[in-house]
Formats: sequence, structure tokens, C-alpha cells
Amino acid sequence: MKEFALIFRLKDIADFKPTPEQMQERMNWLAGIASQNKLVDKGNTLLPIAGSAKTVKPNNVVTDGAYTEIKEFISGYIVIKADTIDEAVEIAKANPIFDQVGGNIEVREVLKRD
Amino acid sequence: MTAVLCRHFGLKHIEIAEDIASDTFLKASEHWAINGIPQNPTAWLYTVAKNKTKDYLKNLSVFETKIKNEPTVNIQSENDIEFDNQIISDSQLAMIFAVCNPANSDEAQICLALQILCGFSIEEIANAFLTKSETIKKRLQRARINLRNDNFQIHSLNETEIKSRLDTVLKTLYLLFNEGYFSRTNNQLIRKDLCSEAVRLTLVLSENPLTDQPQTNALLALMCFQSSRLEARTNDKGEAILFDEQDKSLWDKSLIERGNYYLVNACTGNEVSKYHLEAGIAYWHTTPTDQNKWQHILQLYNQLILIEYSPITALNRTFAFAQVFGHLKAISEAEKLNLVESNYYHELLGFLYADTNIAKAIEHYEQAIKLTKSKPEKQTLLKQIERLKKVGR
Repeated sequence: MKEFALIFRLKDIADFKPTPEQMQERMNWLAGIASQNKLVDKGNTLLPIAGSAKTVKPNNVVTDGAYTEIKEFISGYIVIKADTIDEAVEIAKANPIFDQVGGNIEVREVLKRD
Repeated sequence: MTAVLCRHFGLKHIEIAEDIASDTFLKASEHWAINGIPQNPTAWLYTVAKNKTKDYLKNLSVFETKIKNEPTVNIQSENDIEFDNQIISDSQLAMIFAVCNPANSDEAQICLALQILCGFSIEEIANAFLTKSETIKKRLQRARINLRNDNFQIHSLNETEIKSRLDTVLKTLYLLFNEGYFSRTNNQLIRKDLCSEAVRLTLVLSENPLTDQPQTNALLALMCFQSSRLEARTNDKGEAILFDEQDKSLWDKSLIERGNYYLVNACTGNEVSKYHLEAGIAYWHTTPTDQNKWQHILQLYNQLILIEYSPITALNRTFAFAQVFGHLKAISEAEKLNLVESNYYHELLGFLYADTNIAKAIEHYEQAIKLTKSKPEKQTLLKQIERLKKVGR
């Protein structure tokens, strides 16, 4: 089996804080992956808010916030295992985030460094 | 008694301690049969054990000085053996920690616990595991060798050792309880014995400040909630009664209250162990159905499966999912699990298909019958198929 990182992106900071119901739906989705024994790492949430996010650019330029050019930011990631990238994509498609607030999920195969 | 003696002899010589203990009980049965039971039987037993130990040590030192010239058993003989309540409970605790040794497999640990901590005979253990005595004997021998090689120091349990081993100890007690609760044997007595022994040993842990941790209390709470349903779970013939069909008046209310008490005790600190989550699920099972009950249970299963994957947790979670989102949605969730070798997987799918696709439901139930080894379960499944066939007509 291969490992894939699912990288979550949102378009609006206002969408970042989910309601309890949205949170439950996301947990159901995540636990559904774990139930298939396909969750490698439940990952983490990456805080996009002021004081928690900066972007470092060349020539010692540091800006506030989690995004640079386009107003889109990474909100978190998880790592799953699947036989093929298509299978990983199917799992990502079922994420409730698309019905909740939109955004996108990038699916990337993990190449282990060691 | 063996525990206290072991404290003096060290775990390497557990056989000596056990011999003295069983000699003591043998003497008791002879003596009491003739002279009647003494006024204080416990004190009587401990005095005899003490004297037997002194005799043993005397013989040993004679043997060593006259024949071998080197001591083989390093015993703290200078201080007299005492059997007061504090020492008994400390020694029991130390024994629990010595026996629950990760060097042994889960099954071997349970067998050892049953033999050393609970005083079960090899036959009794074999009955509980539905195996031959010979198998259990071999398993115990291997396990004892491992214990000896590990040379765990029984008399000097310090805080760091206790902390580092508590997880293993709790896991063994959890498995011991489950062995009773979901036992392979239909013998109700053995099952209750296993469960109550597990509770007794966990109580020993909760009585010592070092081991009275949140997860210990969570495990106790879980055991209390589960035990409260022991009477209601089987009928006179030992056949399992499904949760929905249980006579709730048979549930032991005082045990549920004990469970609540320990669950509250468990809720200090930030750590959420799997025992917390399982106790939480068991708690919700003891409450009447309110509209959010299954929602809560599903959330707890979600957290549980994130801590540790197991096929049974995955299947139970899907059952809770079906209660919240309906059978139709749960079918696709269940089929993704793809646990085709498990009879429970097919039972779950049979149950989920039953209201929409009778042919599929029967197919799954038949598959489950092929896979299960339990006779009462086969009976229950056959009844389900019969029922479905009648509905289908």
C-alpha cells in the first residue's frame, strides 16, 4: 500500500472555525477512514489566524498570514494509505467539507525520506 | 499468601512460595476436618505459613552450609514474615505488576494471572479457554520461564516502575475481564468468576495512590457497567440475549452507580484513554434511549477508532453509525470495511440489509454461520434466516 497526504485548503478565514455539527461530520469522515484501517496519521490543524501564521520570503521579507498571492490557505492535513491514487481520491471526495464550506483537497503521494 | 511469600523469596523462587502456600492449605483441610474451623481462620493460615517458611529456611541453610557452601537462594530472612493488611495489599500489587509482564503474549499473561493471582487450577483455566489442560500447562511453563529471565524485582516497586508498567497491567486486567465477559465457554460460573477476579484486582490498583490513576478508574467504571448486565445477557440455557431484548430490570443498579462513581473519578487530568472511551460507551448503553444517545456513542467510537484500530471497534462503530444515519447509508460504510473473514462483519451486513434486500441479508447470514465457531450463535443466526424467509414470502 502507498501513503498519501491529503492537504486541506480553504478560501475564507471565516470558514475556518467549524460549527459543532460540522465538526461531527468531519469526525465521522475521519473515523470512517480509520475504520478501514487506512488512516496512517490523523494529522493536525494548521492555524491561519494572526499571530499564528507568517510567511517568510526572500530578502528577509516576512508577511502576516497563511497565504501569499492567492487568498487561499492550508488548514490542515492527514496521511492515509491506499493501493492507488484513485482510491485516495475517492476517499477525499467523501469529505463533508465540500458541502459545508467548499475549499479543496490536494492528494499527494508520500515519498519517504529514509 | 503466595504474593506475600514471594516478596521474601523473590519471583525466581515463586514455586517455593506456592508450595508453602498450598502445603498450608492442605494442612488446614486436614486439621480443620478433625478439629473444626478455628476462631480466626485467616490468622491460623498465616501462622502456619510463617512456620513452614521458617522450617524451609532452616533446612535450606543446613543444606547450604553442610553440602554446598554457597547460598543459592538470596532471601531476606533476617526480617520476619508479616501478614498484616498493608503488607498483603502491597504484596498483591507487586505480584500483579510482576505477572503482567510484556515479555509474555496476551494469552499467556491472562493464564498466569489466573493461576498466580486468582489461584485457578490448570483444569479451571483450560475450561475457561476451552483448551486441553496440556496446552495450558505448556503455556504456563513457558510464561514462567520468561518471568524468571526478566528477573523483575518484586519487593522494591518504585514509582517509575509502576508508572511505566501500569499500561501493561491495565491491559492484562482488561483482557482478563473480557475473557470472562465474552467468554468462549458457556459456563456461567466460570464467566462470572473471571469477571469478578478482574474487578477485584483492579480494585487493588485503585486502593494504592500510585496506581489510582484516571485510566485505572476508567477501567473500573467500564467493568462495573459491563458487569451490571451479566445477569441479563444470557438465558437459563446459557444462550446470549441481544441487547435490545434484555430484561432491563435484571440490570444491577448498584453496579451502574459504582460505574458512575468511578467514571467521575476518572475525569481528572487531560488524558483520555481507550478505557475512558469504552466506559463512556458502556455508560450510554445503561441509559434509556434518548434521541442523542446513539449520536454520543458514535462520537465515542470515532475517538476510539482514532486511538487504536481494531476490526471489532470498526464494526461496532458502523452499527452506531447505522443507528444515527439509517441502515441504507450504513451499508456502504460497512462494505468499505471489507472484513470478509469475520462472521461479525457478515452478521452486521445481514442486519443492515434485512429491511431492504432480504436475499442479500440471508446470503450474509449464511456466510456468518459458515464462519462462526459458536453453536449458540449459529442457532441465533438460523432463527434470523427463518424469520427473514417468512417475511419474504
